[in-house]
Amino acid sequence: MSEHIDSVKTYALVFAALIAATIGTTAVAFVDLGPFSVVVALLIAVCKALLVALFFMHVRYSTRLTRLVVLGGLLWLLILLALTMSDMLTRNWVGVPGR
Amino acid sequence: MQANDAHAHAESPALRVQFDTEAQQKDASTLGMWLFLITEVMFFGGMFLVYTVYRNAYPGIFALASSSLNVYIGAANTVVLLCSSFTMVLAVRAAQLGQRKVIILFLILTLLLGGVFLGVKAYEWNEKFQEHHIPGSSFHFEGMQPDEQAHAQLFFSLYFAMTGLHALHMVIGVGVLLFLIRQTQKGKYSAQYMTPVDIGGLYWHFVDIIWIFLFPLLYLIDRHLKG
Repeated sequence: MSEHIDSVKTYALVFAALIAATIGTTAVAFVDLGPFSVVVALLIAVCKALLVALFFMHVRYSTRLTRLVVLGGLLWLLILLALTMSDMLTRNWVGVPGR
Repeated sequence: MQANDAHAHAESPALRVQFDTEAQQKDASTLGMWLFLITEVMFFGGMFLVYTVYRNAYPGIFALASSSLNVYIGAANTVVLLCSSFTMVLAVRAAQLGQRKVIILFLILTLLLGGVFLGVKAYEWNEKFQEHHIPGSSFHFEGMQPDEQAHAQLFFSLYFAMTGLHALHMVIGVGVLLFLIRQTQKGKYSAQYMTPVDIGGLYWHFVDIIWIFLFPLLYLIDRHLKG
């Protein structure tokens, strides 16, 4: 089969990076970064998720169609979060007459 | 059964009639699993959205409630889950190479690590019961006004809903692993046909990814406020 098989070394390196990121995100949580603590925590989480998806879930070697579906799915999640939050965060920007 | 269906590619017993090649069949299975996982992303996405909305509405209360969770247990459990993903990917690799005994070894290791994760989760939940942090009539969060108590209950409702749903997925994953171990023992998988192991791996890693986001959101992001 034309299937690509990664070496154990590749997986071990990815695994080590994931563990390091877990320790890193826990340590940095105790540092006061103000509003950026959320940003940093989520950035690290996105990086970890990318590592898992690309290497452990073989998205790197998936067909274009599969990759497109994955991206499309994430786009829908983004729409869900972005549109709802754009409503929630802007509700009091403009006063409502009579309230 | 179609008796007249004498296919040219009948040499492989694992290849279904609707596919031309094994590679095509595998790609179709992978795509189908990803479609399912996308529905799961949206399913969990709704909960992440509710969390975002309420955390935005009551940031102070959520910070206090979040800081009452044990961050070291949470981090250790994250490591356990990442280890289980590592053993799972090694099981899939062994399946690609057709090494049956290695598949079984790594699937059992994954199963054990998954069990450890669930055990630790049960310990954490039990702790919440003892601290009266279970949403309901006996809920009590130390040093909060009655209206703040309600908002703290919101955090713990979300905590239990999200970790509970994640744990349910882990339990289903344990069932998948048991099935895969049994089928591997029966000799169903080889280097030519190991799609179920691969698909099971996708599911397990997906559950891992959900936790990768749950851990910082529930345990970490307001930790510094407590000092």
